[in-house]
Amino acid sequence: MSEPILSNKLYLGIWAALMVLTVITATVAFVDLGPFNTVVALAIATLKALLVVLFFMHVKYASEKLTKMVIVCALFWLLILLFLSLADYGTRHA
Amino acid sequence: MADSPLALEHQEGLHHQFVDPEQQRNAASLGMWVFLGTEVMFFGGMFCAYLIYRYWYYPEFAAGSRSLDIWLGTTNTIVLICSSLTVVLGVRAAQMGKRRLLVLLLLLTLVLGLGFLGIKGIEWYDKFVEHHVPGVSFSAEDLIRDYPQIHIDPAPTQIYFSLYFAMTGLHALHMIVGVGIFSYLTYYAWKGRYTPEYHTPVEIGGLYWHFVDIIWIYLFPLLYLIDRKPLK
Repeated sequence: MSEPILSNKLYLGIWAALMVLTVITATVAFVDLGPFNTVVALAIATLKALLVVLFFMHVKYASEKLTKMVIVCALFWLLILLFLSLADYGTRHA
Repeated sequence: MADSPLALEHQEGLHHQFVDPEQQRNAASLGMWVFLGTEVMFFGGMFCAYLIYRYWYYPEFAAGSRSLDIWLGTTNTIVLICSSLTVVLGVRAAQMGKRRLLVLLLLLTLVLGLGFLGIKGIEWYDKFVEHHVPGVSFSAEDLIRDYPQIHIDPAPTQIYFSLYFAMTGLHALHMIVGVGIFSYLTYYAWKGRYTPEYHTPVEIGGLYWHFVDIIWIYLFPLLYLIDRKPLK
């Protein structure tokens, strides 16, 4: 068996972190931070997604480098989609 | 004898094109990740549409977003995070060959997944009652009354709810598929098919479940949270 078996403690720790971040993001939503409400909410969401990908989906411990490359490629294409589209629509002055 | 190709060929669950169980497991996991990569683009298009329309029709999106029940949304986020925990503990139980624990955790995952769909159903039902479903019976009158400080145009408000139903609907469809996959896994886990040597289906089924969880992790702030601040 080469795949690592992680401890229950680690999984429970990640779960607790995800729960705390959920409560924080729901509470902060009621505070007026101007344009930063969106930034904070998406930053917290990204942190949560990162925890899920690295620990629950075992990417941190994956021996296969190809898996990591597929993930980076998928994110890269997603960013092309989002950034180029938003750069277009965001700079139109109709 | 243990190292000869013949001996490996007879390992339980090992297909003949793979050198060893680890290579087989890595190949299955890689295939799942490639599929999830296509799913990122699938949902990415909807996220992109949502961001552009929100930029164009900010007051309507703010009013639409505030009409959602943030407590049901938060509860559902918590339900999904708990289901991700039961999945990952289930994968661990499979790695260690604990059959009863695996079945128990898979059943718990199913309960949480169905709970999520139930809460989502309640939210959708409320939208029907409030005439917030796009179509002939759509009405933004209540939003216009509730938020006199911003100018709300009913037509773009329908765009918000169209995207709301499309995005949560597509996510719910993925949840239903996930419930199907986990019912299958539960049945075969109960039959004792998954062992420490062979539990790839549990692992890649888990990858799918976590991915659907991540989609919700992004849907939750975009649909429920970012327009919740006090309106000026």
